[in-house]
Amino acid sequence: MKHSLRIAILLISVGTTGGLLASGGEHEGDKRLPPVANDKWRAECGACHMAYHPGLLPERSWRKLMGGLGKHFGENASLDAATAAGITRFLTDNAADHSTNRRSDKVAASISSHAMPLRITETAYFLGKHDELDAGVFRRPKIGSAANCAACHHTAERGDFSERNVRIPR
Amino acid sequence: MRKLTLSLVLFFAGIAQAATPQDILRDLETEARLADAGFAGFSITRGERFYQAERAGADGTKLSCATCHTANPRAVGKTRANKEIAPLAPAANRERSTDAAKVDKWFRRNCNDVLGRACTAEEKGDFIIYMLNIR
Repeated sequence: MKHSLRIAILLISVGTTGGLLASGGEHEGDKRLPPVANDKWRAECGACHMAYHPGLLPERSWRKLMGGLGKHFGENASLDAATAAGITRFLTDNAADHSTNRRSDKVAASISSHAMPLRITETAYFLGKHDELDAGVFRRPKIGSAANCAACHHTAERGDFSERNVRIPR
Repeated sequence: MRKLTLSLVLFFAGIAQAATPQDILRDLETEARLADAGFAGFSITRGERFYQAERAGADGTKLSCATCHTANPRAVGKTRANKEIAPLAPAANRERSTDAAKVDKWFRRNCNDVLGRACTAEEKGDFIIYMLNIR
């Protein structure tokens, strides 16, 4: 009984936590961010906004952000300690400065070593990539703000920000 | 082994959290009675008023539950970051008020943001009973 219970528990824990951290491996030359998955990250971060890929900010940014969830861009996004710790681990393990992905490398390189941006949209990389856009574009009703990646980048949820998948709503 | 024990605890804690809105209301009622011996039950009308009432937010803008959840709790809402929020009324979304931890989490966060303080058990109960009575 004890043995079968243990196996059942193992299966449950594998199902819920294992296999979620998909490989952080490179993508043959393209700049698609490596596939990552974590149920808590998707559910908790994704409840209010797109679950931003961890490879879009460096570890120090994620740590600061996760340490300030009580005032998260003006909203209370606090989590219980265990959930917060699990998500922090996932974010830092896959952060821009720990990735071999080309896009993550460029994000990390665009941030000075003593800067700790909390907004992806404040990184020099993001700003450089969007410098042809008028600020009014981000305020269009179907977009709302620059935080809404998926409004224009239809494959953003998959870590694919390639230009061919961009359609800017009118 | 310690990991397995932890998984076991988390797994059964997960089961224990599955609840009905009535379970959650019963717990809130107990809490409300403890806070006020004269507590006379939850009120749908008070819940509706609470839901629609506008308060001045931290930055001066008017805020209410309806700001994000819309004036109609059967409708899909929208977060500030433009993400859809599933309807609050169980008539439109049967998952609502069936997970005590989730109910706690969102009251903790949103009461703080909208009211600048924690909600009382009476306010939470009024809110839920109002939602339950939306057809």
